[in-house]
Amino acid sequence: MSALEIKNLSVRVAGNDVINDFSLTVPKGEVHALMGPNGAGKSSLAKALAGHEDYEITRGEALLDGRDIVGMEPDETARAGLFMAFQYPSEIPGVSIANFLRAALTARLPEGETLKAPAFYKELYRAMDELKIDRSFTSRPVNEGFSGGEKKRCEILQMSVLKPSFAVMDETDSGLDIDALRIVAEGVNAMRGPNIGFLVITHYQRLLNYIVPDKVHVMHEGRIVKTGGKSLALELEEKGYDWLKSELTPAEAG
Amino acid sequence: MSDPATNTPETEAPGLDFDRDIGNFHYDTKYEHDAGVGLRPETLDYIADVKGEDDWIRAFRHKALKIFESKPIPTHWASKDLEAIDYDKIRYYLSTGQRPTRSWDEVPDDVKKTFERLGIPEQERKFLAGVEAQFDSEASYSNMKEELAKQGVIFVGSTEGLMEHPEIFRKYFGKVIPAGDNKFSALNSAVFSGGSFIYVPPGVKVKQPLQAYFRINAENFGQFERTLIIADEGAEVTYMEGCTAPKFETTTLHSAVVELVALKGAKIQYITVQNWSANVFNLVTKRGMAMDDAEIKWIDCNIGSRLTMKYPGVVLRGKNSRGEVLSIALAHDGQHQDTGAKMVHAADNTTSTITSKSISIGKGRATYRGLVTMPKHLQNCKNNTECDALLINDNSCTDTYPAITVRGDGNSVQHEASVSKVSAEQIFYMMQRGLKEEQAMSLAVNGFVNDLIREFPMEYSVELKRLIELEMEGSVG
Repeated sequence: MSALEIKNLSVRVAGNDVINDFSLTVPKGEVHALMGPNGAGKSSLAKALAGHEDYEITRGEALLDGRDIVGMEPDETARAGLFMAFQYPSEIPGVSIANFLRAALTARLPEGETLKAPAFYKELYRAMDELKIDRSFTSRPVNEGFSGGEKKRCEILQMSVLKPSFAVMDETDSGLDIDALRIVAEGVNAMRGPNIGFLVITHYQRLLNYIVPDKVHVMHEGRIVKTGGKSLALELEEKGYDWLKSELTPAEAG
Repeated sequence: MSDPATNTPETEAPGLDFDRDIGNFHYDTKYEHDAGVGLRPETLDYIADVKGEDDWIRAFRHKALKIFESKPIPTHWASKDLEAIDYDKIRYYLSTGQRPTRSWDEVPDDVKKTFERLGIPEQERKFLAGVEAQFDSEASYSNMKEELAKQGVIFVGSTEGLMEHPEIFRKYFGKVIPAGDNKFSALNSAVFSGGSFIYVPPGVKVKQPLQAYFRINAENFGQFERTLIIADEGAEVTYMEGCTAPKFETTTLHSAVVELVALKGAKIQYITVQNWSANVFNLVTKRGMAMDDAEIKWIDCNIGSRLTMKYPGVVLRGKNSRGEVLSIALAHDGQHQDTGAKMVHAADNTTSTITSKSISIGKGRATYRGLVTMPKHLQNCKNNTECDALLINDNSCTDTYPAITVRGDGNSVQHEASVSKVSAEQIFYMMQRGLKEEQAMSLAVNGFVNDLIREFPMEYSVELKRLIELEMEGSVG
C-alpha cells in the first residue's frame, strides 16, 4: 500500500515510555494533522520515525510504502523517502544551502555517479521560483544566523528539492509570525498532490487555516485518542485540550 | 620493498592529488652517493665534497653542527615525542649522483616513475610556470618557462643557486633564519641539501605559480632542503610546495629551512600542502622578511606527518609592510600538528593577520602557538589573530598558546579564539537529508575550513576538499 503505516508503535526515551501502541495510516496524496497538548508525544513520534538514536522503538512497525523503517539509520530512512521538517533546524556553518542540497542529492545516486551541475541548478531554481525565494538565499550557510522564518523557508526549500514520498512537519509553525506561517503553508500546498503524503504536527489550529487537512488526529499520552475531519481542529480551538482530557478521563477510568 | 602494484594511484581526479595514500609507494633506487648513517663532522664534509662546495659554506655547516649539538631538545615546551628521533640512525645524504635535468626524459627512470605517478609532469603542463622535483637529497628535475628566464627570473636548486649566483645567494642566505635560530634550523644548516633558490628581478610579476615537490623515497632518511626566495623591488611570485613519502616502519625526519625576502613593494605568496606519511617528523623553520610596502603571505596546510612543528613567520622590517599566515591543520589519530605563526613588527604602519583553523579527529592533537610582538617605539601597527579549533570526537584534543607582546599606545591587537565540536544534532539533521554519517561529518569539516580554502588556488582547493573527505572516512562510529 502506498502509505505511511504506523502500527502499534511504542517508543522509549531515557527510560520513559513516550509513545504507547500508536497506530496511524497516512495514505499518499493526503494531508493528516496530528494535534495534541504539550507532552503528548507528537515530536517524539517524528524523531522516532526519522531514526534519532535517543528514541528507542520498543515495539511495532512503521511501513513506508510497505517497507519497515524501524531500525534503519536516519540517512537510510531519508533516502527511502521520509522527510522531516525540523522544529529547530541545526546550523551548519560554512556549508551553503546549495552545496548542502547538492550533497544530499548526490547521496541518493548510485555509488560513483555524480550530479550534473546544470541540471541541479535548474531544479534548484525551479523550486526557488515556485517558493518565491530570492536567488541569493542558497549561497548562505545552512540556517546560520537565520531568523525563524528563514529557517522554515530553508526547510521547505529542501523538501521541495529532495521530493520525499512522505513528509513529517514537526511543529513547523511553532514560534512563527503570520508571514512565516504562510511560507510553510504555501510550500506544503504547492507540493500537495498524489505523490506525497503529509503528517503535519501542530499544537495550534491556526496552521490548519492555511493547510487544510484531510484528517485530524488528536494525540494524548502517547496515543491517538480522537480522529475526525478538519472541523475537529476548530472544535479543539474552541474548547481547548482540557475538553478532550475531561472527555477521556471517565472512559479510561471505566 | 613494497610492491608498487598493490597501491593503485587514483586516476579519476587530475590536477594535484593529496590523497594520503597517493604517496604510499616505493620504487627501488640505486644511490651513487650515500653519506652513511649518523651525524659527524665527516658527514658534513662528505656532503660538501660531493657538491664541491666553497670553504665558506663548509665552515657554515661545521659551525651549525656545533650549535645543533649544544642546543637541548626543546621538550620543555614542545612534545616529548621529539626524543624518539635517533640522530645516529638517520642517513643524511642520498643522491643518484645526477645533476637536475631540464627535461623529464633525462630524469633516471626509477625517479621519473615516482614523479609521474605523483602527477608532477602533468601539473607542470597544466598550470605551473616552473617545477623543481626533489628526490631525497637532490633535485632530479628543475625547469621553468623560457619567457621567465628571459626576464631574468632564477629558479634552481639551492646548490646551483649558491654555485652560480653567489652574489645574490650569499647576501641573503642564513640572514632571515640564522643557523642558531633553533635546534632544527641548526641541524638543517649543517646538512642542508636541495630546496629551491628563486630570484625575481625588480618589477617582474610571475603570474603562474612555481612549484617544488619534495619526495622522501628512502627509509631511515632525513630530508633537509633549504629554500631561499628573493623578490626584488616591486616583484611578485607565488611558490607552492607539496610533499609525500611512503609509509615506512621506521621514523623519517624532514627538517627544512625556508627564507623569504620581499624587497620594497614586493609580494611573495608561499603555499604548502604537507601530506607526509604518519611516520615523518616534520620540523620546519619558515620565515620571511618584508621591507617597505612589501607583502608576505604564508598559506600553510598540514595534513600528514607524525609530529609537525612549524610556525611560519614574517619580520615586518619595512614601513607599511604586511604579513599574513593562513593555516589549516588536520590531526588524525596518533598525529600531533603543532603549528601556528610568528609576526614580528619592526616598523611603523605594519599590519599582520593570522588565521588558523585546526581539526582534531579521534585522538589527534592540534596545537596552536602564536607569537606577536610590537615594540614600544612603533606607531600604528595592527595584528588580527583568529584561531578556531574543531573537535570531531569526544577524545579529540586541541590547545592554544598565544604569546602577544604589545607595548606603546599606538598599536593594536585583536585575538579571537574558538573551540567547537560537531554536535550529534547537526549530524542527525544532515543524515535526515540522506547523508551518511561520514559524509555529514566531512561536510561539517569542509564547512569549517571553507572560508580559508577559498584563499587557495583552485587546483589546490579542489584536492584539499577531497583529501578532507578521505581523511574523514572511518573517523566516526
